[in-house]
Amino acid sequence: MKQFLAFVKKEFFHIWRDKRTMFILLGMPVVQIVIFGFALTNEVKNSKIAILDPSKDAASTSLIAEIEASRYFDIEKSIYSYKEIESAFRSGNIKLAIVFPNDFNQSLLHLNKATVQLIADASDPNVANTLTNYASAIIMDYQGRITHDRKLPYTITTEMRMLYNPQLKGAFNFVPGVMAMVLLLVCTMMTAITIVKEKEMGTMEIMLVSPMKPIMIVIAKAIPYLVLSIVNIASILLLSVYALEMPINGSLLLLVFESILFTLVSLSLGLLISSGAASQQTAMFISLVALFLPTVMLSGFMFPVENMPLPLRIISQLVPAHWYYIIVKAVMIKGLGLESIWKETLVLTGMMLFFLTLAIKKFKIRLA
Amino acid sequence: MRTLKFLLQKEFRQIFRDPSILRIIFVMPIMQLLVLPWAADYEIKNIKLAVVDLDRSEYSRQLVNKISSSGYFQLADYSASYQQSLKGIEKDESDIILQIPASFAKDLVKENEAKLFMALNAINGVKANLGGAYLRSIIQQFNQQVRTEWIQFPRFSPETTIETTSSNWFNPLMNYKYFMVPGILVILLTMVGANLAAINIVKEKEIGTIEQINVTPIPKHIFILGKLIPFWVIGLVVLSIGLIIARLAYGIVPLGSFSTIYVFAALFLLAVLGLGLLVSTYAHNQQQAMLISFFLMMIFILLGGLYTSIDSMPEWAKWITRFNPVSYFIEVMRMVVLKGSTLADIKNHLLIMGAFALVLNGWAVMNYRKRS
Repeated sequence: MKQFLAFVKKEFFHIWRDKRTMFILLGMPVVQIVIFGFALTNEVKNSKIAILDPSKDAASTSLIAEIEASRYFDIEKSIYSYKEIESAFRSGNIKLAIVFPNDFNQSLLHLNKATVQLIADASDPNVANTLTNYASAIIMDYQGRITHDRKLPYTITTEMRMLYNPQLKGAFNFVPGVMAMVLLLVCTMMTAITIVKEKEMGTMEIMLVSPMKPIMIVIAKAIPYLVLSIVNIASILLLSVYALEMPINGSLLLLVFESILFTLVSLSLGLLISSGAASQQTAMFISLVALFLPTVMLSGFMFPVENMPLPLRIISQLVPAHWYYIIVKAVMIKGLGLESIWKETLVLTGMMLFFLTLAIKKFKIRLA
Repeated sequence: MRTLKFLLQKEFRQIFRDPSILRIIFVMPIMQLLVLPWAADYEIKNIKLAVVDLDRSEYSRQLVNKISSSGYFQLADYSASYQQSLKGIEKDESDIILQIPASFAKDLVKENEAKLFMALNAINGVKANLGGAYLRSIIQQFNQQVRTEWIQFPRFSPETTIETTSSNWFNPLMNYKYFMVPGILVILLTMVGANLAAINIVKEKEIGTIEQINVTPIPKHIFILGKLIPFWVIGLVVLSIGLIIARLAYGIVPLGSFSTIYVFAALFLLAVLGLGLLVSTYAHNQQQAMLISFFLMMIFILLGGLYTSIDSMPEWAKWITRFNPVSYFIEVMRMVVLKGSTLADIKNHLLIMGAFALVLNGWAVMNYRKRS
């Protein structure tokens, strides 16, 4: 036990005496949570649009005023011909063009019918779809208002209630994802180079001739980083509540416990990478390049998992962040207890044990 | 010039004699490019609907049939009470609850007005918003159907309607891969380039071989050039492989010309590698270099406009994206690939990227010290 403590102390000094690295490890999550928490959102707003209105009558003007008032659109400029639309799209200035007919009000009054054309830049299909939907909704509302006086028979009205997030804030979906991403990447990166660094510097030999068991050496390496990670968890949770205004509807204790479990998974994954890699460079590349994109894309916060083809849905189950994301949403936003997330908790525990056992198995006590 | 040749020889050998790094440079981007674009699908479909039908009339059955045959919704749950269906929302087994009150059909026919109640899981606000809008429009269609059953409308509809027709330019099939693949390629290129460059010089510092270079008469800028050129070549090779994959696996043929892409990519790589080398000259060890470059990389990539649109970001974040080389490259790639933009269209982008390259590399040369 005393030997073990000495090892832990040694690792702790490694971190403590490299102030610059420690500063990065503690500061990075803070900056990332703040930047991504505020900037990442799948809401589409302030999109630049162009309007072609050759009729310029009372009806089209008031409809345009309504479009202008919505927070989704910024009217970039009025264009005067159909041709200009294309060049505006090509230079990337606008995302949507709304084209009125020549005689908008006239047709409305006499034929009871008029057509408005929406042209979207579908190079981003998601934005195109959303903007088209928003614009149609505004036009529908306008239509509803001008026919308001006449009450139609046999009307079905629908009442809607938005559960959990009545203001439809983008942060509710993205902050839990950002938390998962930042914790996973930072924690994995921390331990990924610890073992391989000693191999590269040659100090590993000294460790190997000590009477310590390999399992103890590996665990001693993880403990100081666990302490660092707990500090990171605290700062991340504080920021998401006080800066990003996320609620914690469930139990704080449960959330902290799950977060620690998740960092343990990440630290073990880092140790596994470290004991398998030949050089620091390789270890860092694996922990960053190979983990970053899959975590962002497959954990479910950027793209809905249920839309993916089957093979990717299976792969996404292997991404630790996927499970933590579900847990954070359940505890923070839905306010559920352990009884609803025991399955996810078990999966994370299993992953941790698996990575750790494999890391210890791969840890070679013989020199090549 | 001769010195540069020898330096290049050394650098290339160093790279090619490390098989694990080679594998990372070439195999990892290819794999990710083959797999990840399939995950990128924002389209809102397969919305899981829970129905609480307290009415059980002919009308309520018709309505549910109409909704489930629309293609957007999956009937996930048929519960007896609202409370029960709420459990499904908690477990993410359903996204929307539609409650049909007990007197729905009676109210509709006798009172001329009937109410429906909808509850949506709004954690993902956009999904809830769109899902709700789809459901409402289906209900509206159903409403229209019921009306025509009861009233004979005259030939010209007395209701004033504004019709909207929508068309989607540049990507009429709304293929998400056309949008994602060029962007993901940019990101992979950035990660490989910047990270490799970032740890390169610092590695020599850590192993001690930098001393040997410092005692030679090699000028600083030649030394930096010697580090830059190999990664620049590798970056262009990775880009070419990526473009071939985009062609073979996803059928993406740029509307614009390849030369436009390569001209911009060449400048972009200079800028990104310059940034990597700059980080390398500041860092004391590989861990620091990697952490800093990774930190910058995450910001560049996530604020690059690939995943979430830059227009929706707050002002200060938009301001950051102006200093983000990745966002310029992603934009250019999309413009060239999907809209066929030419060198003239991307003139401003080229100028800005040139400035980035100049400043970052100049800074790296200045900051590299031969004395310790």
